[in-house]
Amino acid sequence: MEESFENNRTIENKGLQFPWLIKMAWRDSRRNRSRLFLFVSSVILGIAALVAIYSLSNNLRQEIDKQAASLIGADLEITSNKPVSPALKGLIDSLGDRRSEERRFASMVYFPKGGGTRLIQVRALQGEFPYYGDLETNPVVVARTFRNEQQALVDQTLMMQFNATVGDSIKVGNVTFRIAGILISAPGQTGFSASVAPVVYIPLKFLKQTGLEQKGSNIGYRFYYKYDRPINIRQLTAGIEPRLEKEGLNYDTVESQKEDTARSFSDVTRFLSLVGFIALLLGCIGVASAIHIYVREKINSIAVLRCLGAKASQSFLIYLIQIVGIGLVGSVIGAALGSVIQQFLPVVLKDFLPIKIANNISWTAIGTGVLLGLIISILFALLPLVSIRNVSPLNTLRLSLQSTNLFKDPIKWLVYLLIVLFIFIFSSFQLKNWKQSVSFTIGVIVAFLILAGIASLLMWLVRRFFPSSWSYLWRQGLANLYRPNNQTSILIVSIGLGTAFICILFFIQTILLNRVTLSAGGNQPNIVLFDIQTSQKQDLLELAQKQGLPLNQTVPIVNMRLEAVNNITASTLQKDSSIKIQRWIFGREYRVTFRDTLSSSEKITKGKWIGKAGNPSEPVYVSLEERFANRNQIEVGDSMIFNVQGTVMPVVVGSLRQVDWNRVQTNFLVLFPTGVLEDAPQFHVLMTRVSSAAVSARFQQAVVKQFPNVSIIDLSLVLSILDQILSKIGFVIRFMAGFSIITGLVVLIASVVISKYQRMQESVLLRTLGANRRQILAITALEYFFLGAFAAFTGILLALAAGWGLAHYTFDTTFTPQLLPILVVFILICLLTVIIGLMNSRVVLIKSPLEILRQEV
Amino acid sequence: METILSLEGVSKMYQSAGNTLTVLDHISFSVDAGSTLAIVGPSGSGKTTLLGLCAGLDRSSSGSIYLHNIRLDELSEDRRAQVRNLYVGFIFQNFQLLPTLTALENVMVPLELRGEKNIRLRAVDLLNKVGLADRGHHYPAQLSGGEQQRVSLARAFSNKPQILFADEPTGNLDAETSEKIVKLIFDLNKEAGTTLILVTHDHELASKTGRIIRLKGGKMVSDEQTIAAQVE
Ligand SMILES: Nc1ncnc2c1ncn2[C@@H]1O[C@H](COP(=O)(O)OP(=O)(O)OP(=O)(O)O)[C@@H](O)[C@H]1O
Ligand SMILES: [Mg+2]
Repeated sequence: MEESFENNRTIENKGLQFPWLIKMAWRDSRRNRSRLFLFVSSVILGIAALVAIYSLSNNLRQEIDKQAASLIGADLEITSNKPVSPALKGLIDSLGDRRSEERRFASMVYFPKGGGTRLIQVRALQGEFPYYGDLETNPVVVARTFRNEQQALVDQTLMMQFNATVGDSIKVGNVTFRIAGILISAPGQTGFSASVAPVVYIPLKFLKQTGLEQKGSNIGYRFYYKYDRPINIRQLTAGIEPRLEKEGLNYDTVESQKEDTARSFSDVTRFLSLVGFIALLLGCIGVASAIHIYVREKINSIAVLRCLGAKASQSFLIYLIQIVGIGLVGSVIGAALGSVIQQFLPVVLKDFLPIKIANNISWTAIGTGVLLGLIISILFALLPLVSIRNVSPLNTLRLSLQSTNLFKDPIKWLVYLLIVLFIFIFSSFQLKNWKQSVSFTIGVIVAFLILAGIASLLMWLVRRFFPSSWSYLWRQGLANLYRPNNQTSILIVSIGLGTAFICILFFIQTILLNRVTLSAGGNQPNIVLFDIQTSQKQDLLELAQKQGLPLNQTVPIVNMRLEAVNNITASTLQKDSSIKIQRWIFGREYRVTFRDTLSSSEKITKGKWIGKAGNPSEPVYVSLEERFANRNQIEVGDSMIFNVQGTVMPVVVGSLRQVDWNRVQTNFLVLFPTGVLEDAPQFHVLMTRVSSAAVSARFQQAVVKQFPNVSIIDLSLVLSILDQILSKIGFVIRFMAGFSIITGLVVLIASVVISKYQRMQESVLLRTLGANRRQILAITALEYFFLGAFAAFTGILLALAAGWGLAHYTFDTTFTPQLLPILVVFILICLLTVIIGLMNSRVVLIKSPLEILRQEV
Repeated sequence: METILSLEGVSKMYQSAGNTLTVLDHISFSVDAGSTLAIVGPSGSGKTTLLGLCAGLDRSSSGSIYLHNIRLDELSEDRRAQVRNLYVGFIFQNFQLLPTLTALENVMVPLELRGEKNIRLRAVDLLNKVGLADRGHHYPAQLSGGEQQRVSLARAFSNKPQILFADEPTGNLDAETSEKIVKLIFDLNKEAGTTLILVTHDHELASKTGRIIRLKGGKMVSDEQTIAAQVE
């Protein structure tokens, strides 16, 4: 007899019979397909968000590669903010086969026809620059020809503002130029930079006549080089770098420009990626909770299969195949949807980007998206799916309440581990920062544990303190929370995590939006005059007084560079990457003022403010802006060395100061005491408030006539431009965050909808027993209300904690959540849960009990 | 005669809330191939539990069970599944058809699990025998209880089992339908020479078998040949 069994082993060795498994998976799915589809609805949205963002970044990267040369316009660009020293002149003149030169500075221009004035950026150009790409002009030909005559190219926003036409004239300093054409865009310019500082090109040879060359240190010098023969630029720049650096000159190549652009663009996509990632995680929760409930319903079928002789692995595979199939379909749909959305992203973002992006379909993004969708479908479905292996065939004879013990199933642990690993790897891929990824992963785990704990606590509490005296409906609704086959854990975890993610996104959005909101109005100054020479100060004050304008003190400004912090210089920084100082602090120009008192928008937070420098042998104590100091780990007592236009100036950090940047005022990173910089080359800033556009125009004209070198910023104009920019940024943020929030809602809806199959049978029985419509609705509503309320409440608490952490550690700002929106979210989630729950039981109410009992066989 | 099933001192205990509940207490008997046997007893006496053990759906707490000379309680779940698929057929009180499969597909499943080919004809033939040849494409929800039980009969016989287990096969059916089903079971049984073990409350049904084992409180209280056996 034993023998016959042995003989039959040959059959067993047929293995899993894969074709049959696929057939079974297909057959079994026939009656569940719409539900299976619901499982992946959340995956669809998550993948769509991700594919859209990936496509955008791929397109951007390609375009940056393609357009990098025209972003800079030459093979090599050297910049300096002071005239080139005779020592370097030889080098500067020897580079390149062809060279161009440009000077840039801010200046007022005057349109004689309409009498308008505005601060613009003058670019005085000589040579054939740009060598790659073009100055985009109308008419096209003037981009090349304007340099020969006394002509200018004027930015289109400026032309529009002053109603100017080609052929009109424009006055720059003392020289009147004919407007040769409209400048549509200069190399590397974004829509925004053009509206903040519109550009006017003039030929370099007329610069002297304008009389603006005296602006001295406020002029930027640029040299553009083009090589006609192939040359190793990297080698070339490495050779000249030390000499350039010594004199404070910078250079840019196509390659470095590419890197810079990609880097600045990566900041933009980081937020977007995070949002996409959260959308995807929400999708994962959707998958896990949906499959959990699906598997629970399938237990009986699985038991029958086992009874008939199917192996544990076979019954597991049947459902895994279903998940793979539906996951694949969902991911493909998601990727397609993402590609459609991607068509709109460039439109939304175009003002932020220095290049034009094509809406190419990115197959890598689609491939990545589909693969990811498949991975998460499988991974997160595995958690509930592995318990299929433990379904006992005994279930056919008697419904057994088996709670598969997690600790007894090592495979389940393995799946948990894989999920944690996945979250970590994927988040570090998105955030490009392993520390943040670790906190993110831990955060998700903690949130999960807390929610699971809350669910158990809720069940325990309800059971322990069951209100036996309440009416039947309440008791039934409450009892549903802990009775066998309850959905408390799974719904609380999924609704809770969903709510938490939605709220966190909402908080981030508020933090970001708050950060960029400027307060203007009241009696704050709305006109700033700068580049005032010391000799002009008195005359200008008198002019303003004559026009009846209120005057604030003029503020002196001294330009300087930072050479060292605690003996660390730019070159030590380059060698030792462990030093926590941002490199840019050495390259830039510091505009520094000196005074003996603090302004009303400043507050000392550390150290002591010393308003007057002591005798020359004592160190000079300066005050730094707090966040600038913190970011670079500069403490009170640290030493710094500034270079004030040739003079080395060692100082000691005496205090750190908090500055309210939202106030319209001249604010400074570095503040000197009086008694040090009085004799340094300096210019002055004057702020005043004009009551109307007419007064503003009259005053500006008078200033430009008398002091052509003085620049005027009309803050109301700047603020209105800023406002436009901010509302656009706000739109982008809302657009993307909205996407995740919608995914979260879909997950919520899907989880609740799927849970209907749990309660259906029961409601039918109750109805058969004589419960009326109202009673069934009440029981359902109560159960879902408890679930929604508990989950939403916990989720919001988690989000508050996360929001505080993010504000504090990541965004470096205070966290002041508003109560009303939170309350609205809470009520909405509760309502949503109850409404969908009720919609679920509608089926029970419409159809006859018999019909449903039969369908559920 | 050859023995197809034998139990030696089989006990089943359940642990719940610290208490040990003895559901089956040292049960021993053996069953000849091709015979019929009914297990009867009051509700809660352990009939279903015993059937489940004999069929290899569960593991006993102590004692040993041989089915077809294979010791069941030493096999892994997957191996027991294999044994079930090869030698065992089932009929349940609540039919237990797979709701997502048609009647015909339900009948085919055990054969497909064995990896056999060209099974459609055999399945149709079996459906024909239970009088449902024209309902093969219907889902269980579209069939009456009696029809469902007939499909489950067809499925039970599809793998030509050596032993058929039935737990109150007529418990959910009216008298007239019950009679038809019972007739079918015994006919198919005789035709295939299958051993039949059924659990029932129905004395009339029990008396149709050759042997009746009576359980009470988990103990075997009697084991007697019936008139039906003597007639044979
Ligand atoms: N998982 C379990 N845990 C604890 N006790 C159990 C479990 N399964 C069954 N029992 C108990 O074992 C006893 C026998 O159950 P069984 O289902 O075998 O009875 P039965 O004879 O088939 O009854 P019925 O005629 O009502 O179907 C019952 O008292 C039951 O409560
Ligand atoms: Mg029973």
